[in-house]
Amino acid sequence: MSRATPELLEREATRLLNSIEGAELTRKQRLEIPQQTIPAQDPVERRSNMSEVTLGYTEAQARLEAARCLQCKNAVCVEGCPVGVDIPSFIQAIEDGRYAEAIAIIHRTNILPAICGRVCPQENQCQATCTVGKVHKDPLKAVSIGRLERFVADYERSTQGSGVPEVKPETGKRVAVIGSGPASITVAADLRREGHAVTILEAFHRPGGVMVYGIPEFRLPKAIVEDEIHTLERMGVEIRTNFLVGRTRRLHDLFDKDGYDAVFIGSGAGLPKFLGIEGENLVGVFSANEFLTRSNLMKAYDREHAETPIFQPRKVAVFGGGNVAMDAARTAVRLEAEEVNVIYRRTRTEMPARAEEVDNAEEEGVRFHFLRSPKRILGNEDERVVGVECLAYELGEPDDSGRRRPVPIPGSETVIEVDTALVSIGNDSHPLITQTTPELETNKWGNILTDENGKTSMDRVYAGGDIVLGAATVILAMGEGRKAAASIHELLTSDSDDSA
Amino acid sequence: MPARMVAVNRILEREQLAPHVFRIRVEAPLIAEERRPGQFVILQIDSEFGERIPLTIADADPEEGSITLIFQAVGKSTQQLAALNVGGKIANLLGPLGRPTEIKSFGRVIAVGGGIGVAPMFPIVQALKREGNRITTIIGARTRELVILESEMRSVSEELIVCTDDGSYGRKAVVTEPLAELCRSERLPDLVVAIGPAIMMKFCVETVRHHDIPVMVSLNTIMVDGTGMCGGCRVTVDGETKFVCVDGPEFDGRLVDFNNMLKRLEAYRDQEERRLHECRIEEVRE
Ligand SMILES: Cc1cc2nc3c(=O)[nH]c(=O)nc-3n(C[C@H](O)[C@H](O)[C@H](O)COP(=O)(O)OP(=O)(O)OC[C@H]3O[C@@H](n4cnc5c(N)ncnc54)[C@H](O)[C@@H]3O)c2cc1C
Ligand SMILES: Cc1cc2nc3c(=O)[nH]c(=O)nc-3n(C[C@H](O)[C@H](O)[C@H](O)COP(=O)(O)OP(=O)(O)OC[C@H]3O[C@@H](n4cnc5c(N)ncnc54)[C@H](O)[C@@H]3O)c2cc1C
Ligand code: SF4
Ligand code: SF4
Ligand code: FES
Repeated sequence: MSRATPELLEREATRLLNSIEGAELTRKQRLEIPQQTIPAQDPVERRSNMSEVTLGYTEAQARLEAARCLQCKNAVCVEGCPVGVDIPSFIQAIEDGRYAEAIAIIHRTNILPAICGRVCPQENQCQATCTVGKVHKDPLKAVSIGRLERFVADYERSTQGSGVPEVKPETGKRVAVIGSGPASITVAADLRREGHAVTILEAFHRPGGVMVYGIPEFRLPKAIVEDEIHTLERMGVEIRTNFLVGRTRRLHDLFDKDGYDAVFIGSGAGLPKFLGIEGENLVGVFSANEFLTRSNLMKAYDREHAETPIFQPRKVAVFGGGNVAMDAARTAVRLEAEEVNVIYRRTRTEMPARAEEVDNAEEEGVRFHFLRSPKRILGNEDERVVGVECLAYELGEPDDSGRRRPVPIPGSETVIEVDTALVSIGNDSHPLITQTTPELETNKWGNILTDENGKTSMDRVYAGGDIVLGAATVILAMGEGRKAAASIHELLTSDSDDSA
Repeated sequence: MPARMVAVNRILEREQLAPHVFRIRVEAPLIAEERRPGQFVILQIDSEFGERIPLTIADADPEEGSITLIFQAVGKSTQQLAALNVGGKIANLLGPLGRPTEIKSFGRVIAVGGGIGVAPMFPIVQALKREGNRITTIIGARTRELVILESEMRSVSEELIVCTDDGSYGRKAVVTEPLAELCRSERLPDLVVAIGPAIMMKFCVETVRHHDIPVMVSLNTIMVDGTGMCGGCRVTVDGETKFVCVDGPEFDGRLVDFNNMLKRLEAYRDQEERRLHECRIEEVRE
């Protein structure tokens, strides 16, 4: 298959754009504009570098893609977006070349468009319901809303750099925000804008949450996350790294000793799940969290400079079918593994990973074994992994999630020879804060319980993101943060009114 | 407004205790305030490319706001730490981590410290002593000059036995010999604490296994974050997977699968050795 180079895509887009420039387009004409392919690094080349895989639309491509939007009166796409971005308006602004306006429209509801444009599972959210996809009877032919969002966000970054939002006069109130993932970033920005003093407390030495330690550089460049953190800093948000709430300070001491007026918990779902099968503690079995943290946060992929070692994988089995599994598999490819096998117990259609990443993984040579699940991991006398024994599955009746439940086929064991196994079956909520704060109510999975305003069972303590939802998404974490920030602001305002 | 608050983590004092063994006192007010015996820190010397390594808090002074670390320069990161002088800064310091030791009145305690393991053992023995336990301490080292904290240990123990592998000081024995003898006497200890190389802890457990006495060990697995999010530190305890950084570092050694732990400690051996070799070559060049 010959791939369209970025130059070719740009030339073609410019030609087409010129041919329609200035004309009033009919609905039919709009539907005829071909969906714009996102330029990407060559699959062979990118196997050996950590740089971003997709390169982003060029200006002509973005304007053409924007012209595919039908500006529906009843914009169903907006309903699919967890934060309700005004999609038709920002797309219209792109079509007209008013990029600054486009970004301003997005910023009204989404403070991290450069990130969401890249990592949102758009095919299940805004693009799932898009009319254009429906007309073409293929949801993947929907308007590429995420790519357009990314385009304007990048355009803004490269032309003027992101501006510093206005901050209201100091209120004298202080809020501690635990964790620095998307939920916490949103809370910090929203509350700081209202003039409250905000301190982020982050356990790691670098802020950003999963966006820096989990999601790899080739999918989300760290410079983008750093930019967002710098924006917070320029707004006057204080960031304390190397601060583990529950150990460096107990939660109630943030009130008792440090005098904060409110606390937001955005500590995420950081506890790696294991399968509980035989052989899981052999040498060569890693949680995806460990493998990805070593590679991303500790930069182990940079073998020249990094002090943190990473296991040299040759033949790899990755268990799972979500974003975490795709990231682990593609990181293994980049660490020069000869063979990477993804083992997933359902079929491709049920995979929770973003569709684009599954395609990218396949292009990079990752092999998929569907309807298979590991039964035990085999080791040698040195307790090193030598293989994985898998059971074959078939799909049975739909379960609670509506997905057909995989059922094992007895006697169907087969062995895949590997020396590395990456367990990527998801994460549970991080137990440290709840363990050290018995007053906080949790559900049976350890997620913190909140009311519809993000308030926990403890006075003045709010929570949101993965610690409440279980492992979810960046945009949902942001949505939760926004909600909690609003109720914290309300609380702090009523405090001031009372004392006045 | 200054935004990113970076703790200073300045080195206030540095002393060499033995060949390759160093004691440093580091400014860390918050950690000093909260820490309890048995807890540790994770530190990183270079924010960009440095490794995160765990070290036990050997002592703390909440008044002064400092903690004491005692470490052996065994590889690249600990050598870099050893190379920092007074006034030097550790880029990142996280703690206190792990569950504190359960300190209560047990009765008679035998504390066995091997090599650098004497350092993490000292605050535990000190606290046990304060609770009224009667303590016999066994210190083991390869050779005389590697015996550390002897006078500190003596000050908190009723009896102190020093053994060296080569007989250059104290008894010529490995620590399990006096341990076995003490367990043959008419009154068995109520608790054995063993901290040192994994292999030593394993043999201490084997030595007293038939006596039905708890053997508290402090496990020194490989760690990344120290907060429970990577699972790199996991060990099998009583058939279940535990994370040393949050469930430990102390466990009843009788339940620990030491063979698996020993193998897991070697996971990066080749790479560490290569790295150390390269850094020695650099030293020679300089
Ligand atoms: C590998 C991987 C790939 C993913 N890919 C996608 C994707 O493509 N698209 C998508 O939408 N979502 C993706 N997700 C999910 C998404 O990243 C999360 O849903 C989101 O980051 C959750 O945000 P959060 O704010 O709740 O917390 P997190 O991002 O999890 O951040 C929590 C932070 O809190 C810190 N912390 C934890 N405990 C404490 C404590 N006690 N004291 C101080 N700090 C603490 C942690 O160190 C961490 O930095 C992915 C997740 C992973 C792991
Ligand atoms: C909870 C905990 C508390 C600890 N407390 C202390 C302490 O108080 N003083 C002290 O000197 N050390 C302590 N250690 C061990 C210390 O963390 C390691 O010596 C250090 O990480 C080695 O780093 P390096 O880069 O210098 O050596 P590396 O180059 O990483 O390793 C050098 C050699 O040491 C071995 N090694 C690596 N990590 C460990 C480890 N965690 N345990 C044992 N051997 C290891 C390697 O296999 C290799 O042979 C503790 C470990 C843990 C988990
Ligand atoms: S935030 Fe995500 S879901 Fe919402 S419009 Fe943007 S890409 Fe779509
Ligand atoms: S549903 Fe699709 S076509 Fe309609 S407004 Fe939204 S993006 Fe445009
Ligand atoms: S060091 Fe990562 S979970 Fe313990």
